[in-house]
Amino acid sequence: MIEQYVSLAVKQVFVENILLAYFLGMCSFLACSKKVETAVGLGAAVIFVLGITTPVNWVINEFLLKKGALAWAGMGDIDLSFLQLVGFIAVIAAMTQLVEMILDRYVPSLYNALGIFLPLIAVNCAILGGSLFMVEREYDFGESVVYGLSAGSGWALAIVSMSAIRYRMRYSNVPNGLKGLGITMLTTGLMAIAFMSFAGISF
Amino acid sequence: MSSPAAVPTANPGLQLLSAKRRKVVFDPFLDNNPVTVQVLGICSSLAVTVQLERALVMAAGVTAVTACSNVAISLLRNYIPPSIRIIVQLSVIASMVIVVDQLLQAYMYDVAKSLSVFVGLIITNCIVMGRAEAYAMSNPPVDSFLDGLGNGLGYGSILVTLAIVREIFGSGTLLGFTVVPQAVYDLGYANMGLMVLAPGAFILLGLIIWAQRTWTGYTETT
Repeated sequence: MIEQYVSLAVKQVFVENILLAYFLGMCSFLACSKKVETAVGLGAAVIFVLGITTPVNWVINEFLLKKGALAWAGMGDIDLSFLQLVGFIAVIAAMTQLVEMILDRYVPSLYNALGIFLPLIAVNCAILGGSLFMVEREYDFGESVVYGLSAGSGWALAIVSMSAIRYRMRYSNVPNGLKGLGITMLTTGLMAIAFMSFAGISF
Repeated sequence: MSSPAAVPTANPGLQLLSAKRRKVVFDPFLDNNPVTVQVLGICSSLAVTVQLERALVMAAGVTAVTACSNVAISLLRNYIPPSIRIIVQLSVIASMVIVVDQLLQAYMYDVAKSLSVFVGLIITNCIVMGRAEAYAMSNPPVDSFLDGLGNGLGYGSILVTLAIVREIFGSGTLLGFTVVPQAVYDLGYANMGLMVLAPGAFILLGLIIWAQRTWTGYTETT
């Protein structure tokens, strides 16, 4: 039981990293990886939001949206799965709002540092992607909790290491057209190659 | 297979449009490309470009959603209270994406399956949201439609370029037809596995961005 969860978590962080293998959450990854502090803050916020929204969306999908999910209300033949996308995005938007209010109240420095990118977690594809993958791979409730937290950790790991690399890169002389986005994409590619070596490890 | 949304650009009626509108449509192709200059919508442009067919379907889907949601939001722009505009925009966009998703599952089931979660992820594609927020909220419907169309197609052009390179070098085919002749393989050529995998996509997009920025002379200030 525990072993199964550990192996799922390790797989999500290293082998199937949500950013480096599935390209999810690239926009904020590219925009917020200039400073290590911002990257750590955003990484933590994503772990938190993903860790909450994935299980909540699991519950919503299982008891409201899935085919036959309304059986507990005596309406077993209703299939609301076409409402999945709207339902998920509403939960995510509400959760992001909650995180924003908590940070504003208790950690104002981080709140100011994240600025515009905090509300944008709502449209971070990693969050919605996490919920959609959870449905597609048919995880149970326990797995969805582990999946949410570990996928978030994988994303945080990627953005923190990227911000550290970019910090060092300030001192290198990059060709004009490659500055900013270009060199970041190439570095991400090299990072993805490094992470692919984890794929050889089997659990 | 041609993407249905790509038809209007070939329309001779475009000449009737004013210079300003033509600029709105064509600027996103090069000078103000959503992917390479505005850095929006990177996620899906990497994930769906292993095969050209998927890239074309995705480009058509995103163009349709961007154009339609731009029109809807532009029509609603005077009635949306600023404090809840994000959630209003998201629900408009989500409804459009559901329509696209259902259409794909009804008529192109195989492609819809292979695109997996990425059709649903059009909702969080920053291009759609970005255009709604930056353009449609302050411009009339017709201009917003053209802006959505132009940005969708600008995104599509990067998608198709990436997909062509990745499919030819990655699996030696184009739209599923073999294009690399057997004789080349006999000489010792092999498909580049890297192109099919994630790192190939990152590096290739990096190189495309480099080429395009060198051409347009755009430099990012860091």
